[in-house]
Amino acid sequence: MTTDTPGPGPVDVRQDGQPVTDVLRAEHISKSFGAVTALRDVNLRLGRGEVLGLLGDNGAGKSTLLKILCGFQPPDSGRILLNGEPVVLRSPTHARSLGIDVVYQDLALINELSVFHNMYLNREYTRGPLLNNRAMRRAAQDHLRDMGVNIPSVDVEVAKLSGGQRQGIAVARSVYSDAKILLLDEPLAAMGVKEGALILNLVRDLKERGEVSIIIIAHNYGQVLEVCDRVNLLQQGEITYDKASAETSVEELTDIVVAEYRAAMEARQNGR
Amino acid sequence: MLRRGGTVFLQQREASVFIVAVLLVLYFGFISSAHTSFFTENNIANVADATAPYALIAVGEVFLLICGEIDLSVGFVWTLSPFLMFFFNAYYHFPLFLAIVAALICGALIGLINGLLVVVLRLPSFVATLGTSFVIYGFALTTSAAQEKSLPAGAGAVGKWFGGYIWAEILWCVAVVIIAQIILNRTRWGLHTIAVGGNLVGASEAGISVARIKLGNFMATGLFGALAGILEAFRVGTIDPSAGGYTPMFYAVAAAVIGGTALAGGSGTVIGAFVGMLVLAILQDGFNLLGISSNPYLIILGIAIVAAMVANVYLTRLRRAGRS
Repeated sequence: MTTDTPGPGPVDVRQDGQPVTDVLRAEHISKSFGAVTALRDVNLRLGRGEVLGLLGDNGAGKSTLLKILCGFQPPDSGRILLNGEPVVLRSPTHARSLGIDVVYQDLALINELSVFHNMYLNREYTRGPLLNNRAMRRAAQDHLRDMGVNIPSVDVEVAKLSGGQRQGIAVARSVYSDAKILLLDEPLAAMGVKEGALILNLVRDLKERGEVSIIIIAHNYGQVLEVCDRVNLLQQGEITYDKASAETSVEELTDIVVAEYRAAMEARQNGR
Repeated sequence: MLRRGGTVFLQQREASVFIVAVLLVLYFGFISSAHTSFFTENNIANVADATAPYALIAVGEVFLLICGEIDLSVGFVWTLSPFLMFFFNAYYHFPLFLAIVAALICGALIGLINGLLVVVLRLPSFVATLGTSFVIYGFALTTSAAQEKSLPAGAGAVGKWFGGYIWAEILWCVAVVIIAQIILNRTRWGLHTIAVGGNLVGASEAGISVARIKLGNFMATGLFGALAGILEAFRVGTIDPSAGGYTPMFYAVAAAVIGGTALAGGSGTVIGAFVGMLVLAILQDGFNLLGISSNPYLIILGIAIVAAMVANVYLTRLRRAGRS
């Protein structure tokens, strides 16, 4: 937050003249699983208060990159800088303690537990050795109401809820955990239009408050461009494209992906 | 109002087994030809003795089943632990109380080994604990030369507290059951145990240490197995290499299932397992009083387990049917 100690990375200047340091940088990240190279020399940066769209087809390496950024997997090589300081993320808990939190594609909700227990999973309110269920229940109610997530009761098991409700709970869980960097993995995947709009509105709200920086992983370009400041395109384990949302369009992004697809097809045909 | 209360009651996992327990007590205590002898102190003590050690093991198994594991070897910890107490006392001159504590710690360490096989080497717990069962049993038979040992002379108050006193065993059991139920329902440990069994990947993504939860629950199971073995030794008055074995473990798992714990993990109840064991004990005791051979008891037990599973599936569906 102090402007006189920029990290070693480049310092951008926003339109209002304020310097912006990167809260998160990934440098030369590579990751392989056996013979399969999931990520190859990936460089990625996220500015303070920025919403970055990380786009790519299935299998492009989006989820692998995400899991590295949140401490779930270590990279084979490369490093991660948080506010300009190199860090080694030992575990999701460690990453979370540094302010990096993630909403996974598979939601990471526990069907057998109530909504409020899920909201506070692994950061439960306690009173001495016991859970403070009353405080968690009340806080969960307040938070979900703030977000406009409608559920019958925070006491129900999440197994009983719709996909959109579950997503809302998962996002709310991260947002209200004092995360400084929020990683959203396909946040609109299981959503109807109305529920999707709810999540996008939430992202917009968060952007206006400017307290968190967000990476949204998605393959629906249109919806993402709406809320992102900048987009990166991940293709076959490499970041091939990095532009501000204002300077690009759904058409351009689609063209790039289609061109890549055509090139791959041609290469395969020529190889035969 | 009454109907609503009834629905709430039926939505509890323990409901079906609790109803069965009440019906059995009513039948054997008031209706059957044995009703005069059912509520005598002796008979109640019999039921308590037939409940306590198995329910203690069931406490551990409930936590393991909820987090998606099982321990087949715990009955052999029961076999071994009083011998360990004897060795610590007789050969290493530990005072009796410390010998008991040392034997309990050994029980927990055996649980730790089971847990490490599962967590570190990623063996299925069924296979890992099947293997350790033979090792533990063999260890008990080898070190004792398969001979009975007598309890330390002058056990005194310690001996009384660890099973000599007629109600000691059931008091230990009830205390453990109550504390365990609170841990399961009201602490982070219990919540995380359910989370690990309900969604293993989700739990670890939330930053829960799955290994820690599983190791802890294996250790607790070993500890309770050791406690059950020592309590039984003091109650019976001798250290017998034929005590324990697979049977107590199977009773404990049966009690857990009858009580409403899902074999697939993610949900369960300690109180339910206790009442489940109570049902089995009352059934066995009632048959005894009626002069029926204990052989058909096994048929009833088998049917009860299957019926309990059916009831659980049905009640779970009822709970999930969205009556909220």
